[in-house]
Amino acid sequence: MAQIHLEVVTPTGPVISDDVDIVTAPGVGGEFGVLANHAPFLSTIKTGTLSFTKDKQVKYLMVSGGFSEVSNNKITFLVESAEFGKDIDVNRAMLAKERAEKRLAQAQQAAEKINRVRAEAALQRAMARLKAAEKARS
Amino acid sequence: MPGLKDVKDKITGVKKTAQITKAMNMVASAKLRGAQDKMESFRPYAEKFAGTMSELSAGMEDANLPLMEIRDVKTVEIVIVTSDRGLCGSFNSNIVKVVEKLVKQYESEGKTVSIVTVGKKGAQAFKKSGKLRKSYDDIMGTFQIFNAREISQDITETFLIGESDQVDIVYGKFHSVAVQKPEREQLLPIKPVENDAESAQEQNGATGSYIYEPDPNEIMEVLLPLYLNVQVYHAMLEVGASEHAARMTAMDNATNACKDMIDELTQLYNKARQAAVTGELMDIVGGAAALKG
Repeated sequence: MAQIHLEVVTPTGPVISDDVDIVTAPGVGGEFGVLANHAPFLSTIKTGTLSFTKDKQVKYLMVSGGFSEVSNNKITFLVESAEFGKDIDVNRAMLAKERAEKRLAQAQQAAEKINRVRAEAALQRAMARLKAAEKARS
Repeated sequence: MPGLKDVKDKITGVKKTAQITKAMNMVASAKLRGAQDKMESFRPYAEKFAGTMSELSAGMEDANLPLMEIRDVKTVEIVIVTSDRGLCGSFNSNIVKVVEKLVKQYESEGKTVSIVTVGKKGAQAFKKSGKLRKSYDDIMGTFQIFNAREISQDITETFLIGESDQVDIVYGKFHSVAVQKPEREQLLPIKPVENDAESAQEQNGATGSYIYEPDPNEIMEVLLPLYLNVQVYHAMLEVGASEHAARMTAMDNATNACKDMIDELTQLYNKARQAAVTGELMDIVGGAAALKG
């Protein structure tokens, strides 16, 4: 099967650079899949789970905001953070989720827009982490 | 002439100082390596980002994006990135000097200036000016991209509600281990990426034009805040590396100064010792002569 080169780059360095069969990513307009020799494509990425298949094995990554670019049979993700599902500390993510929920509840009372937005983003990240970790385990 | 013991104590003291400065020099050089690695791993991200930005702006029609809006400048916000700790020569004071000059310049143009500092040294310098709006202390040692995100979100917020019409950033750029210079850049409104629109189009021509999802303007709207993060993070990385490089040089100078001082003091000590020995000899000779006589 023809393969596509996947690269995930974060500000702290590249996370993965490998030839894979299929990539599924959380685009802003919905999830999308990319196979080999895809047409040039540019999309923004929201916080969520990215998965790719190689040698019939599926791997999951948690990614937070950024964008992806497909060109020349190569897909590049530029995201602010990316973690492999199997490396995620579930307990920490759970705590972060609870913290974010609490903050969100407080922010809603105080009607502070900035804090609410931030808490929402934190909650999304925590949930994406948990989801990626869960998928990697199952 | 100082007493023998005084000089000897002083030599011991200076030697201890030299030990400390030498250790600090070595710690700084180890940390510099770490900071440079951090910069190195950020480079691919930043380069890719800039590439896509210029490609995008080539394929974009004029859009009224709030982050690129050029307004009449009444209030300028200056973000100053310095180190948290001192003992790194004139590194921080150079940055502060540049900012002070900038403040004067803006004020002479009738603009109001507010200041946001990253790193304790900048905050200390501007605490009494009354212009300090916010300071981020104690993050320079272990900062991550999310620290940069917090800062850029904050300055974006003030820009969007109109409390600032322009945002500058001043930081110590790392040119080499020996040279670090303060640098000023404009953060907001974001200037359109000066592209080589032609080369971007050429690339597009080679690969066929992109499918955008959502359309380029909307992508740009998502990308601009991220771009701001990239710039703030970049400035922090530069300061991180510069700080350690500056400290290395400063501590090297200090160690050398200590060595010179030790040499001088040792000479003084030897002279004093010689004088004491001579004095004692004179006494003995004089005493012997008196007995004989």
